[in-house]
Amino acid sequence: MSHTIFVWIEPTHGAVDPIAWEALAAARSVAGERPVVGLLPGPAEQPAAAEAIQRGADRVLLIDEPALPQLQTEPFAAAVVQLMQNHPPAVLIVGATAAGLELAAVVAARLGVGLATNCTALSFDGDQLVATRPALAGNVIAAVSGPQVVTLRRRALEAQPLDAARSGPIEALPPLSAAIEAAVRIIGTEPADHQVSLANARVIVAGGRGVGGPAGFEPLQALAQELGGAVGASRAAVDAGWIPYAHQVGQTGQVVQPELYIACGISGSIQHLAGMKTAKTIVAINTDPAAPIFKYAHYGIVGDLFEVVPALTEAIKQRSG
Amino acid sequence: MNIITLVKQAPDTTQLSGSLDGLKLLAEGAPRVLNPWDEYALETALQLVEAHGGSVTALMVGPAAATETLRTALAMGANQAVLVDDPALAAADTLATARTLAAAIGKLAPFDLIIGGRAGIEGNTGATAIQTAALLNLPLVSYVAALKTVDPAARTLTAVRLLDNERQIVETPLPALLTVVKEINEPRFPTFMQLRKAKKATIPTWNLADIGLTAAEVAPQVSWLAELPPAGQARLELIEGSPAQAAAQLVERLSKQQII
Repeated sequence: MSHTIFVWIEPTHGAVDPIAWEALAAARSVAGERPVVGLLPGPAEQPAAAEAIQRGADRVLLIDEPALPQLQTEPFAAAVVQLMQNHPPAVLIVGATAAGLELAAVVAARLGVGLATNCTALSFDGDQLVATRPALAGNVIAAVSGPQVVTLRRRALEAQPLDAARSGPIEALPPLSAAIEAAVRIIGTEPADHQVSLANARVIVAGGRGVGGPAGFEPLQALAQELGGAVGASRAAVDAGWIPYAHQVGQTGQVVQPELYIACGISGSIQHLAGMKTAKTIVAINTDPAAPIFKYAHYGIVGDLFEVVPALTEAIKQRSG
Repeated sequence: MNIITLVKQAPDTTQLSGSLDGLKLLAEGAPRVLNPWDEYALETALQLVEAHGGSVTALMVGPAAATETLRTALAMGANQAVLVDDPALAAADTLATARTLAAAIGKLAPFDLIIGGRAGIEGNTGATAIQTAALLNLPLVSYVAALKTVDPAARTLTAVRLLDNERQIVETPLPALLTVVKEINEPRFPTFMQLRKAKKATIPTWNLADIGLTAAEVAPQVSWLAELPPAGQARLELIEGSPAQAAAQLVERLSKQQII
């Protein structure tokens, strides 16, 4: 019997995190004749349900819980577990956000099935799902056989464009049993600093030790703004207190995969490379031509970032002007 | 408060800067240290016990040699450390490790709090602590960036979680399991005296039978098929000239490829 592929569609602040559309694209890439079922928390009238169909789902199931205005792992995991038990064999694809990883891990534990996280590609080998994932700080790419729950790394795949010709049923599941109550209570939320939002950024301009101090990030901010990107930082810059931790890229920061990563005054330690070396295009700007970052860069400029970065901002302004 | 911290061993990547061969990292003999993320978990536990009394236990699943890494946890201030080592755990996946931790925690009970790091830097799966909470049916508060209030008498705590698009403030009853992120604190360095004392400490090692598990219960669900070297290194094009010239050339190249 062929698998049902469930895809978790994570809502965030009234919209859908775009990683969900990438997860749907991953599902379509391996689906063949297998049904792709989008799982969306919330009411039927939300536009995300129809969009999920147009982005690749054959069917959307709504997990509508008026009693749970905010997404909480435990009750929604219970609903997903029940669905997967009712449709064997089943696999679940979840976007690798913090909340998505938590949901995936809990579902896999409750079902007692294999889990592979932060995957960059999926395939089927007969009846077995095979997931490709980076390990060891990105220095090894491992193929993991047999997971039934996977999380997909952000920007590993492109979302499918909206296809208005696609159609499919959108159905609401019966409400969860009241017995599944979350012990943890959400008492407030603060929006994250949107200037930071590294995970979704197409372009990241990052600074390291060479930036020299908090003020040194100003030209990087200006370049990032000109490119519509975000500002990242190495651990050295964060530990020095020049920029908050939310900007940190690397082994103990965020793993990012932008189209363009501009590393300014970053030497390129293994810990930093672990967070950014899969960026599509890497530009390195550093005064030291022997800096390891150049080994991983597509374009390198040996020079003072305080001269090169403003010149870049200016060159981009001129091009658009 | 009795706190159990979940720790593991990790390759010491600081020893390998400049040599970026992951397979070399895997090789035996590569220096191994306390997983960097777990230092934040341990520091959180130590600060709580300093404020409220109690004890900290460092719990690890790993090979016999990992005992040395547990000594780092003791030197930082953990009151006791326990290693779970069994040949059946050699190929453990996250669920097998979580089952082992859950059983070992059962033997260490009672406890008020379990604290883990965000992930191990080696596999970077980030699921083991979460699955441990699920198996123990414990309230889970992951990605904690700050503790707002901890009330051992009322048996509650409030914490700030760092999620992708927001910071969430949550309240949980105790006992609970937390995972912490780097923002929460600055881990301490052990002193010489603490290191010397930790060298002499006795660290019990439990096998599966000691915690009431069988090899079948920790059989891995996933297998690693192959480890491929990562995609080839980029071919560097050095752009020369004055800053203005180099900037103009770079913008031209990036525009041509529609990167910007």
